[in-house]
This record gives sequence, C-alpha cells and structure tokens, in this order.
Amino acid sequence: MIPELGNFALTLAGVLALGAAGVGLVAPRDEVMQRAAMSMVLGQWAFSFLAFAALTYAFVLDDFSVAYVANHSNSLLPWVYKVSAVWGGHEGSFLLWILIMGTWMLAFCLRSGQYPQHFTTRTIGVLSLLNLGFICFALFTSNPFLRLIPLTPADGADLNPLLQDFGLIVHPPLLYAGYVGLAIPFALAVAALLEGRVDATWARWTRTWTNMAWAFLTCGITLGSWWAYYELGWGGWWFWDPVENASFMPWLAATALVHSLSVTENRGTFKSWTLLLAITAFSFSLLGAFIVRSGVLTSVHSFAVDPERGMYILIFLALVVGGSLTLYALRATQTQVKVSYGVLSREFFMLINNVIMVVSLAVVLWGTLAPIGYEAISGGRISIGTPFFNAFFVPLGLLLLCALAFLPVLNWKRTKTEVLRSVYQAMAIAGVLGVMVWFALDPATIVVATAVALALWVVITHIRQLVFRALRGSLPAAFIGMTLAHLGFAMGTVGIAVTATQSVESDVRMTPQSQVTLAGQQVTFTGVTNVQGPNYEAQQGIFILTDRDGRNAFELRPEKRRYLAGGNVMTEAGIKPGFFADTYISLGEPLDGGAWAVRLHYKPLVRWVWIGALLMAVGGVIAVFDKRYARQRRRVAAAQGSAATA
Amino acid sequence: MSRASLYIPLGVFMLILGLGYVGFDLGARNELPSALIDKPFPEFQARLLNEPERTLSRENLLGRPTLVNVWATWCPTCLSEHEQLMQIAASTDVVIVGVNYKDRPDKAKQWLAQYGNPYDWVLDDRDGLLGIEMGVYGAPETFLLNAQGDVVYKRVGDINPRIWRDELAPRFRQLGIAMTVDNTDTGAD
Repeated sequence: MIPELGNFALTLAGVLALGAAGVGLVAPRDEVMQRAAMSMVLGQWAFSFLAFAALTYAFVLDDFSVAYVANHSNSLLPWVYKVSAVWGGHEGSFLLWILIMGTWMLAFCLRSGQYPQHFTTRTIGVLSLLNLGFICFALFTSNPFLRLIPLTPADGADLNPLLQDFGLIVHPPLLYAGYVGLAIPFALAVAALLEGRVDATWARWTRTWTNMAWAFLTCGITLGSWWAYYELGWGGWWFWDPVENASFMPWLAATALVHSLSVTENRGTFKSWTLLLAITAFSFSLLGAFIVRSGVLTSVHSFAVDPERGMYILIFLALVVGGSLTLYALRATQTQVKVSYGVLSREFFMLINNVIMVVSLAVVLWGTLAPIGYEAISGGRISIGTPFFNAFFVPLGLLLLCALAFLPVLNWKRTKTEVLRSVYQAMAIAGVLGVMVWFALDPATIVVATAVALALWVVITHIRQLVFRALRGSLPAAFIGMTLAHLGFAMGTVGIAVTATQSVESDVRMTPQSQVTLAGQQVTFTGVTNVQGPNYEAQQGIFILTDRDGRNAFELRPEKRRYLAGGNVMTEAGIKPGFFADTYISLGEPLDGGAWAVRLHYKPLVRWVWIGALLMAVGGVIAVFDKRYARQRRRVAAAQGSAATA
Repeated sequence: MSRASLYIPLGVFMLILGLGYVGFDLGARNELPSALIDKPFPEFQARLLNEPERTLSRENLLGRPTLVNVWATWCPTCLSEHEQLMQIAASTDVVIVGVNYKDRPDKAKQWLAQYGNPYDWVLDDRDGLLGIEMGVYGAPETFLLNAQGDVVYKRVGDINPRIWRDELAPRFRQLGIAMTVDNTDTGAD
C-alpha cells in the first residue's frame, strides 16, 4: 500500500510541476499566478518528500515485494545501509535527485524576497519544467515502486558491498546537490534571456546560488575520490573514469562561471559569456547523467544499463540544452558595454582563469567522447588514459598557479606596476624554497619542484595580502573566501604533484612474522584471523607498523570480506592516515605455507588533495556571506516596505 | 562579434549530441583500461583444474610470454572466442593459461573435453578470488604478459579475428613469440 502511495505522491509532484511550469512561463506577471507558482513549488517538494519517505519505509521494513528493494537490500543489512540503499541503485538515486531538486526550488522561493516577483516566477517556471522532465523519467522509465507480485522473493539480493560504506551514504546526496544546484543559475540565465535583461543585480543573485551549488559539487567529488581511495583497494584517488569525468566537467564549467559572474557583477561586462557558462554548467550535469545512466561508456559506477533510459535522457538533453542554446543565440545581446581594462587587471586574470577552465573542459570532454567517435569511425576501440590527461593538466595547472600568484594585489581596471614588487619578492622566496624542495625529493622531478615552488608563491602573496588587508581593517568575507579557495587550490596541487610522483608501492609475498621495509618503516605481518561482521565474514590480516627503531607501533587490519547474501568478496584496505603521508595495506591472495600476497603503498601528502578541495568549498561558502549581499537584501526589503505603505 | 557567432555554442552542442547518439547506437563497450597495464601480474596461488594437488604461482609464468585467459562455461562469449584461442594455441608457441572463473570444475572439464583444450594450464578459480586480484570485470578477459611477468595488454571481451590481427598479433611479434603460420597480413575477414 505504502509504495503505491509513494507512486501516487510522485505523480502529484509531476502534475504540480506541470502547473508551475505553465504558470511561470505563460503568465509571470499575474499576481494570483505568482502566488500559485510559489505554492506549487512547496507542493512539489512535499510530494517528492512523501514519495522518498515511502521508498525508505519499504526498505526499512524489508518489503521485498517491491522490485527495487528486493534488488538492493537484504534482511541482514544493517539498518543504516538499509536507509542508504534507498539511493544505492539507479531508480532510488533518481528519486533522491528529484527530492534534492525540490529542496533547491523551495530554498530559492524562500530566499526570493530580494528579486522582482515576475522574475522569480519565470525562474520557478523554468525550474519546474526541468523537474517535470525528471519526474516523468522516474515514473516512466525507472519507477522504484514497481512490485514483484506474485513472485515475491523471500529475501533481497543485497546492496552491492562496494556501496556498504559511510562514503556512499554521503557522496551521492552531496554530488546531486551540486549537479541539481546548477539548475538554479541555469534557470536564472534562461529567465534573464527571456526578460532580455542582465545587470549587476542579476549577477549578484546568481553568484550566491552558483557558489553554493559549486561548493556542494566540490565536496561531492572530493568524497567520491576519497571513497574510491579507501574502498576500491587500488590505492589511487582519481582514475579518469568516465563517471569521474562526468562530475569534473560541470565542476570546471561552474568554476569558470563563479569567476565570470564576479566580472559581470563588478564591471558589467562578460555578460553573454556568463549566460553561456550558466547554461553550459548545467548542461554538463545533464550530460553526466546521460553518460552514467545510458551505458554509453562502461565504468565501475554504471548501474543497470537500459537503452530506453538512455534514449529518454538523450531526448531530454536535446530539448533542454538545444532549447536554451537556441534561446541564447536569439536573445543574447551582442551590444557589449565597452569596458576597457589593462593586462594588469582583475578582469584580464579572470579571463585567463576562464580560458584555462574552458580548455580543461574541452580536454576532458574530448578524452571522454573521443573513444566513442573513434569507434564510430573506424570500428576499433581506443582507451584514453592518464598520460593524455596529464599532458594537458600538468601545464595548465602550473599556468593557473602562476596567474593566481598575481591575483591578490590586482585591482579592477588597471594596477600600478609598483605593486608587483611584492609579488616578485614572493617569487624569489618561493624559488629558493622550491630549489630546497628539489634536493629533498626522491626521485627528484623538476615538474614537482616547480609545482611546489609555484604553490608556495601563491600562498605567500595571498597570505601577505590577507594580513595587509586585516591591518587596514578592510577584510570582506568575499576576500577571505577567495583567499581560502585559492590556498586550497595551491594545497591540492602540491598534494597531487607529490603523491603522484613520490609514492612507493610494492606487491610482496609475506609469511607470518616476516618483515619488510616500506619508505623507512618496518612492516611486520603477524598473521591472519577470521572475524565475523554483521552480514559478512572476513579474513583479517594484522600488520604492525613501526619506525626504524621499532618504536611508535601502529596496527593495521586490512580485510578480505565475503558477503553472505551475494557471496561477493571485497577487500577492505588498512590505512594509517597521516597529514603528511598515508600507509596503505591491502590483503591479496592466500599463498601456500600460510603466506599471503600483500600490497603495500606509501602515499605522501595524499590527504592534501582532499583537504585542499574542501578548503576551496569552504571558501566558496564564506564568500556567499559577504556583507554586500546582506546589504542588498535590506535595500530590497526597505524598498518593498515603502512601496507597501505608499 | 557578429550575430552569427552566437550560434556557435548551439552548433557545438549538436555535434556532441550526434556523437552521443552514435555512441549510444554502438551499445555496450567492452574495453576498459586496466590498473595492471605495465604493472607486474599480481602474486597468486591457485590449483590446477586437472591436477588439484598441484598449484601454480606467479613464478611459473615468468621466463616467457604468457596469455592469461579468463573463461567459464556459463559464458557464451567464451565459447565464441574458443576457436580463435585454439588457433592461437596451434599456430604460436605462446603459453596459454586459462583461469576458470566462478565455475564448477566438473562442468569445466566436460567443456574442455567437448570443444578442445587450447590451454597449457587451467587454473581453478571457482570462488573468483584470483579474478579479484586481476581486476576482472567479467568473462571473457585476456591478459598478455611479457617474460618478466608484466601485463602488457588487456582485453575485456572476446578475442575475435580482428582483435587477433590488430591487437594481439603485433604484440606477439614485439615480444618475439614464434608464429608458425603468420595469418596476420591476410586480413581474412
């Protein structure tokens, strides 16, 4: 009964989305309709929530008559995973997507006091139209509420053991919040095109939403990378897998958008470009969904492959992206305000950022789609791997660091050359430190030393300006946010460069009580014991790590688990985390004589990659709390108040 | 900037969309980059299917190039590539090791008796543990190892005449594997 109610609630949400889309796009200036659109957004959220709650209920109560529950849960599954299994497969994760879409729309309505009513209504119309597309997709091609009657299984097939993990509980919601959140700048851009008006105020509204969505996306990608690192047992943190690329492309576009919006807000230029980026960023979210769901590219992440779904998404993509780009071609103003700026100006450096982001986007897009194109033309298959991406991302990353080092001292329009003296001083200091780092590296790689030196340069110029501004008493939240984000980027780059080249990896055969040395540490293998988990049994290896003198013992217990329901065997790596280095052990195959194949990794600075990314996200959020946005809200509120009394 | 340039994004999108449609048409893809390429084949220990008392380990694969083929009786594609494997076994002196993946030994023996045995050794991996070490996604998969035991090539999916001609045979030549009948240039398909 409850699943049928869920299905009904989802249908109602679809009807309301249709209503809100019609109202918002046809009669945005009618006051009654404006209020109707607002309440229909609340309705969409409430019914999506009910549908989601109904599915969760079916999971918690082990209702295996629901096909989706039977395929993704099991009575032995711990309850936390029963709840997170709701989004462990394709159908449920799409329901989560819809719920998150509803939540963003609701948040938008609640914060819409600052925008003109008709503009809000138009934006709601665009968002509801998108939501309608999502809901139809869920209802017609991937309905999570379908029953298995009368062939109800006695127990479920179990959740994929890879996904039984804390990372999976939080990774998809965060990532989806980022993907779907980009719908808001998209809808704002489409509404602005329909109205034929883009100005500083529009840019200011859009920035807040873009920053939030971007921060979610950053956190989501970071968590995904961290999860792959400790759960897949390969010791890598980024694989240039099509699904990873699918999340990286909207991120690159959104990063460009965050910067280009700042120029549009402050200088009134880059307008058409900003609109295009807003459309592009969300389009890549949809393209990502197409890539993941359609089975065009195989990947460890792909859920069930279904041609019908792929075709639906392809048509939806064609309508949404094709439609908005046509609108852009027809309505974007080419009468750009002539704003002049010198090379030494923030505008120019934002332009550098945008060019680098767009080139990176093109590289990732090429790397993801080229195999398809190649296969279509020649019938052969190619795989584009890390060397291809490195060939582009290493120079692009270094170039970006160079540009970043100048940024803190630059003004809008133009900057006096004298100011650069401090930048050059910082460069000299960073250069000396870089040379010292070069001697400390093993193997010494010039690219890594350069990356470290450039990152230091960025850190010095940013911190210097932060202190300088703090002393002068003018330290707006936007500046703090920017500084944090840029420091995060520098930190992440150092992490990537060092961990990619300085890691030590060895596959060895170990007998109990034997010892090996790994990057200056003694690793002692004590033996293997059997342990019993809630829904698995495992062989657990016990390893003791000590430093050269046999002190500071640390115990690692990597596992090889066999899940009872599906008989799947998974490895669970043992990791000694550290700010400066991780030691990572995974258990391989049992060999004869009680020996085991063991994979040992020593990964310096690997955590800096994720900490850096999180700093970027935090920076993006802090920038939203800048006083000027609050001032704007007060101003609008005051204007509305006086209009009401008049 | 002319008005027409505003249509460029739309044009680019149509191009990508077309490519997406084509890719969609091609159906499921079956080549995946392996984390093992240019890395040593993992340490392992597995029983032989036909002599359960004997075990094989990584050391046995060293010294000459080896083709490791993951197969199972439940896998129809394995049957379709079987003839090609028989040909490779007959026409080259590469060592072919079969990994009988998540299968029943009695069925596997019967299968080999019925269709012929191209393998020098068949490893019994009935619980799929070796498969995990090798990063197997499904059957069939084929790994080419050089004499040092490093993985130089991995194929997910069947070995058909085209794959043999374009991908395997050139690598065989590179590794210096003797081929009695060089059927690589005839392009007979």
